[in-house]
Amino acid sequence: MVNLTIDGLGISVPEGTTVMKAALELGIEIPHLCFLEGINEISACKVCVVEMQGKDKLITACNSPVEEGMVIYTNSPKVRRVRRSNVELVLSQHDCHCATCVRSGNCNLQKISNDLGILEIPFKEEVAEVPWDSSFPLIRDSRKCIKCMRCVQICDKVQDMHVWDVQNTGSRTTVDVACNKKIDASDCTLCGQCITHCPTGALRERNDIPKVFDMLADPEKITVVQVAPAVRAAWGEELGLTPEESGEGRMVAALKRIGFDYVFDTNFAADLTIMEEGSELLDRLGNPGKYAWPMFTSCCPGWVNFVSKRYPTYLRNLSTAKSPQQMFGAMAKTYFARKKGIDPHNICCISIMPCVSKKREAALSYMRSAGAGQDVDVVLTTRELVRMIRAEHINPRFLKDQQFDSPLGESTGAGVIFGVTGGVMEAALRTAYAVAEGKNPDADAFRAVRGENGRREADFVLGDRTLHTCTVSGLGNAEKLMQDIINGKVNYDFVEVMACPGGCVGGGGQPIHDGCELAGSRGGRLYQLDRERELRFSHENPEVQKAYEEFLGKPLSHKAHELLHSGHVNELYYETHNYL
Amino acid sequence: MSRLKIATPNTAQLTVERLYKDLERRIIASPPGLCPVDLQLSFLKLCHAQTCGKCTPCRVGLGQLQNLLENVLEGKANLKTLDLIRETAGNIMDSADCAIGYEAAHMVLTGMDGFMKDYRHHIEHGKCSCHITQPVPCVALCPAGVDIPGYIALVKEKRYADAVKLIRKDNPFPTACALICEHPCEARCRRNMIDSSINIRGLKRMAVDNARANTVPVPEKAQGTGKRIAIVGGGPGGLSAAYYLELMGHHAVVFEEKSKLGGMLRYGIPSYRFPRERLQEDIDAILSTGVEVRLNTRIGNEEGEIPFEKLREEFDAVHVAIGAHTDKKIGIEGEDSKGVMSAVEMLRSIGDENMPDFKDKTVVVVGGGNVAMDCTRSAIRLGAKKVGIAYRRRQDDMTALPEEVEGAVAEGAELYALKAPHKIEADENGNVAALWVEPQIIGPIDAWGRARPIQADVPLLRIPCDIVVVAIGQGIETRHFQEAGLSVKRGTFSAMSDSEIKDVPGVFAGGDCVTGPATVIRAIASGKVAAANIDEYLGYHHVVPCDVEIPPVSYEDKEPCGRIQLSEKEAGDRKKNFDAFECGMTEQEACQEAGRCLRCDKYGYGSLKGGRAAIW
Repeated sequence: MVNLTIDGLGISVPEGTTVMKAALELGIEIPHLCFLEGINEISACKVCVVEMQGKDKLITACNSPVEEGMVIYTNSPKVRRVRRSNVELVLSQHDCHCATCVRSGNCNLQKISNDLGILEIPFKEEVAEVPWDSSFPLIRDSRKCIKCMRCVQICDKVQDMHVWDVQNTGSRTTVDVACNKKIDASDCTLCGQCITHCPTGALRERNDIPKVFDMLADPEKITVVQVAPAVRAAWGEELGLTPEESGEGRMVAALKRIGFDYVFDTNFAADLTIMEEGSELLDRLGNPGKYAWPMFTSCCPGWVNFVSKRYPTYLRNLSTAKSPQQMFGAMAKTYFARKKGIDPHNICCISIMPCVSKKREAALSYMRSAGAGQDVDVVLTTRELVRMIRAEHINPRFLKDQQFDSPLGESTGAGVIFGVTGGVMEAALRTAYAVAEGKNPDADAFRAVRGENGRREADFVLGDRTLHTCTVSGLGNAEKLMQDIINGKVNYDFVEVMACPGGCVGGGGQPIHDGCELAGSRGGRLYQLDRERELRFSHENPEVQKAYEEFLGKPLSHKAHELLHSGHVNELYYETHNYL
Repeated sequence: MSRLKIATPNTAQLTVERLYKDLERRIIASPPGLCPVDLQLSFLKLCHAQTCGKCTPCRVGLGQLQNLLENVLEGKANLKTLDLIRETAGNIMDSADCAIGYEAAHMVLTGMDGFMKDYRHHIEHGKCSCHITQPVPCVALCPAGVDIPGYIALVKEKRYADAVKLIRKDNPFPTACALICEHPCEARCRRNMIDSSINIRGLKRMAVDNARANTVPVPEKAQGTGKRIAIVGGGPGGLSAAYYLELMGHHAVVFEEKSKLGGMLRYGIPSYRFPRERLQEDIDAILSTGVEVRLNTRIGNEEGEIPFEKLREEFDAVHVAIGAHTDKKIGIEGEDSKGVMSAVEMLRSIGDENMPDFKDKTVVVVGGGNVAMDCTRSAIRLGAKKVGIAYRRRQDDMTALPEEVEGAVAEGAELYALKAPHKIEADENGNVAALWVEPQIIGPIDAWGRARPIQADVPLLRIPCDIVVVAIGQGIETRHFQEAGLSVKRGTFSAMSDSEIKDVPGVFAGGDCVTGPATVIRAIASGKVAAANIDEYLGYHHVVPCDVEIPPVSYEDKEPCGRIQLSEKEAGDRKKNFDAFECGMTEQEACQEAGRCLRCDKYGYGSLKGGRAAIW
């Protein structure tokens, strides 16, 4: 243990602890901007400076380990002066139009500046403007970038995609797409992790809210909204709701208050996905020579994008099943439209996703199976949903719970856990086991696939064979997985990959909390919802059963293939590489 | 009323003078990889501040050039802007009154010629193509990429054996480089911004003096692959390749034509600079990996030689690292006289401990490089009565390290600067009697900024002497290899940057025989590169790791502090024998010097991009 004094208070902490952490244990929160634990400890912003007795130069609390007998002042006159000056300097190159910023109220720079009482900046304003393709689902606003390098680091160290890099040298140093590429020609999978780790509004999703308001305003249109599983675990965070206050029923009520004609659940489509993907898995297992192994899940567009760009020869390993979002879109504009007697061209299909990549997925040319334009017309992130609720001045606290609509609103616990890493795998195994064994397993029999570790292996007996599974989240882990598969180091039958660490609950479209990773706790809420559901097996979803009876026939039927499978790997390959 | 005054500078002037010095040092420490256009703009700003303001082109023009460059950097320019820059700079050059103006414009034009690609990139892409790839200046400038801040920190903690281990990850000749490396690493040391560069070589010497290379075990070898690689040449390049290949689990067989290993380290560098027993320490460590050595074995078609084709047949890969060991002739009358010898010849016989008889002779060495200094100082040690150095340019133009020239002079060598060799006069027995030289005056500067000598309007000068040593460069014995299919350009093998020889699969080449005579660290680097690419060629991806933990940074303030220089034995004593004369640092000195290191691996860009390549 190392003994030191911070602001006159003594403390003893383990060797290697940083001054910032030691201070936190004393309840002293040293302001910081660029620091992101374990990922960006480069002391670039110099806001966390503190004074060390006996040393002239200030040290940075974020990455300086404690020393025996150290005496630290976090608020000496020198520290106060330097910290303030550095924040003023950052602000001089930052577009400070907070009123029109997507991060207003949730911006550490704004908070620190307010806390320090900076009311005017003594320096000349020098805001850099770099052009950006505003139609791309991810927007970088150079005017707000403070060069903290978090985006570069998260993309390098966690996602291993290396999309961002330091650009230019000297005073013109900034961040841009690496290797002088344009963003749409880069390896960007739109996982959105750079957005959720950006301390300011420099990175955000494309704003698609106006399109939705236009649809809502058009009396000819029927608006159909679906909500992804992970959204319900996070939507209340920025609205000041406790987890208990932000249940599914209240979320449905908020959407109805906004004015959507039908509020459905992507969970329904998740159950449908399990019917198709689970059947596909059993089919592939029955004809092992016909297929490439392992079979990969295909729900996550970031992951599918990753395979298309980095390992196109492995596209055939992907399940042909579309993602729940796209299955929903196809069903809404066919099954639902027919049932309600609505012209599918008049249906506006909107989805609320914890994801930025879904915006691109919805726009892919082969995601138009229903013959009425895009199967999913507009994708909003969880953050956009929150902004919509605010724009409509809805206070969800005063809303009474409401139910999802029928016939695409019923879901099981298996569908709910799609939003967390391991969930797709677990849901698929529950149904595959039931099909193979003729009876339901214990719903928690496959809990071994759960966990916060970025890569987990588990073997299960399925019928007369052992199924080797692997569950991965985060693209950095996916890259390692692919290398191990290619080098023959591992042999799996079924692999689930989600591009974002922790799965969709930690998705790039989720609410942002600077310095906090909430995937774990949000995932816990989805598991709780699963436990509380009466039905926990996708094949027991009555609305899914009804859809097969009335419309689809059986899993993997001709109609199912037409609507629910992307079918042609080549198409995906072509689409992706044509996109470049 | 006084008519004249004695001018004394005021505080402001004195301070500016000091800042000029600071700026000079700062320019020296400029990190590699900066945007040249951005730098050009900064230079222009300085030039503009120097203008007296009288003439339009300088007072206004330099400012307008800045605006145009600013547009280029901000992506607001087009290709016509470049024409305008060129035209304006040309006009300033043609009309400015004094050098403040026309030389500033000249700098702009030089830049436009030198890095037009960068100008265009800014215009076409709106950004710079430059990237800082290696954030630590010393590591960036070390051809072998040795982890310098790492071993300096280890020396500071007196962990000398760990320092040797860490150096060896990238360079299996820690002792050689501790004693004779030309230390390109020190050139842009960031410490220059405070006072002066770290004495990096001296600190490395501290490590190898306290943990002899042959006492520090080499790392564990990878599992054997059964692959065999022939290495032609047992110099630093060949042995480095052999060392890493062995660590990767391959088997390296070194073919050396001479009777001992070491190449130019033994046959080029005199023992007073690099004692043989110290060389042996590095070689012993390298051989402890299991490298097989065939001495006195030449590759060729003559009797008793091994044809190159046979090596290719018998080995999975071949690496050619034969160095540059042939003489170059001046091409003057009398060069075939008795008593004329080449530097290579002289140093080789010294290397074989076959000392030439220079006792009481007068010797003139022709040349101005490090080899010429080695010959000069060796001749002094061999008991020559008088030793002179004839060089056609000025002392400052010599390519030898300044300390080598100063050392030679201190030991009594006579410098005949600005004397181009004209002919060698022989006596009736054909023995050298004198070197006739043409006195020169220094003349115009060439395109590379080097002053060219031109003949002086004075008569030839006779320098009486018994021995003439020609030290004007070395060539490469390429013939046999050329016949075997290796392509040769301008006397060197044309290997690619990965050491492969185009269209000759499995054959690699590196070191002096590819670059022409260069430094030992470049030869070592070529061995490292060759080993990595031979490994890849053979279908492997071995990595060379090092598990030495690097000490953390300390919180001490970096106060300005002088650089510790290595001391030498006094000239009068050292010139009497071939004993080593440079003295290492004391512990106190090493500790202080190592403490000056700014740890660029942990601060600045190093903390963003990672300050070291832990494996390669």
